[in-house]
Amino acid sequence: MAKKIKVLVAKPGLDGHDRGAKVVSRALRDAGMEVIYTGIRQTPEQIVATAVQEDVDSIGLSCLSGAHNKLFPKVVSMLKEKGAGDVLVFGGGIIPDEDIPGLKDAGVSEIFLPGTSTEDTIEFIKNNVK
Amino acid sequence: MEDLIEGLLSGKVRSLAKAITVVENDQPGKRELLKRIYSKTGNAYLLGITGPPGAGKSTLTDKVIANLRKQGKTVGVIAVDPSSPFSGGAILGDRIRMQQHALDDGVFIRSMATRSHLGGLAKNTVDVIHLLDASGKDVIIVETVGVGQDEVDIVRIAQTTVVVMVPGLGDSVQIAKAGVMEIADVFAVNKADRDGADKLFSEIRAMLDMVKGDIKPDIFRTVAVDDVGIDELVQGIFAHGERVAASGLTEKKLAQKAESELRAYLVDNIMERSTGLTLYDEVVKRIAAKEITPMDGVEELFSCLGMTTGEN
Repeated sequence: MAKKIKVLVAKPGLDGHDRGAKVVSRALRDAGMEVIYTGIRQTPEQIVATAVQEDVDSIGLSCLSGAHNKLFPKVVSMLKEKGAGDVLVFGGGIIPDEDIPGLKDAGVSEIFLPGTSTEDTIEFIKNNVK
Repeated sequence: MEDLIEGLLSGKVRSLAKAITVVENDQPGKRELLKRIYSKTGNAYLLGITGPPGAGKSTLTDKVIANLRKQGKTVGVIAVDPSSPFSGGAILGDRIRMQQHALDDGVFIRSMATRSHLGGLAKNTVDVIHLLDASGKDVIIVETVGVGQDEVDIVRIAQTTVVVMVPGLGDSVQIAKAGVMEIADVFAVNKADRDGADKLFSEIRAMLDMVKGDIKPDIFRTVAVDDVGIDELVQGIFAHGERVAASGLTEKKLAQKAESELRAYLVDNIMERSTGLTLYDEVVKRIAAKEITPMDGVEELFSCLGMTTGEN
């Protein structure tokens, strides 16, 4: 049996809008992935600790509060500290175009904006997990 | 591999997590890994938590973890959720209720998907228990998938099995049925602040009055979301363990567990070798065409593997 792709879908920060995260979780499930969903209002510390224990291949971060510039890079740098820098991190939410280059520089592999097809996200994960 | 084993035995989180991945996915090195740690297992208390979907198993598990941590015990948790029979994917959501422990070094939580394994557990659950055990966890909690009536594998593994019930799921005939209701060492009537909880409590007690055997399950009322009744439940769990030990049943339970582990690997091994034969598809076709019976099919496959069915 091929190894299942394991993805953590997490919502850092304080907004409670998790419809998008749930839709993505469901789409990844239907694509045959094992998705761990940890609910809303998670700190980067909690997200990274969970990712390490679960040994996930990828983390999807969803943030609609505007705090992505702080929270997403924090997750990436903490993963590196824990020796889990090989985990593929992608993000989504209400994120202004001008913020995307900075997030990518910080190690977030891809940002998916509203209107993205779930197929694109699935393809991205399948093509990029190590 | 050396680093992994050393890290695991010294309780390093990342080593443990990586080792679990090896075991869960039957990756190369699994056998060696288990061989090296097997003698270091058997120290943890194995607690099973089972019950129907939505009964509050995850919330109850969360509160039990908190209680054990107050007593200074380290805890490993395996939370099992179902895989889709169609896509093979899964949403593993038990952890949502347990995230207050995410930053506690004394708690390690791992989610597992059933991957179409029946019985309420994931296929390699027992091996993952061994790893958590070898890493030095004092108590290991296995939360099963939401069970219906017949997913009772947990009882062969856990020292104490808690069956979580909630009011409103059925009448006293449901309580009297075989299966899940029979495997409880301890009952938790959760959501005990709701209508029907007292009735459920007395129905379970009436059912237990008819149980023969030395050790009768205790029943506890809990309201897990409000942290009500958890102290009593945890005391009841360990009291059960002590009663088992005092009655000399421990050895029987351990032998039962060892046998179920052996069986699982036997079945897997025979299945894998049989289905791997090129003859396999041919045999399936001939059965479908009514040329041979399924029992004849087994004999043909076995003789190809150099085994006999042992029948005349």
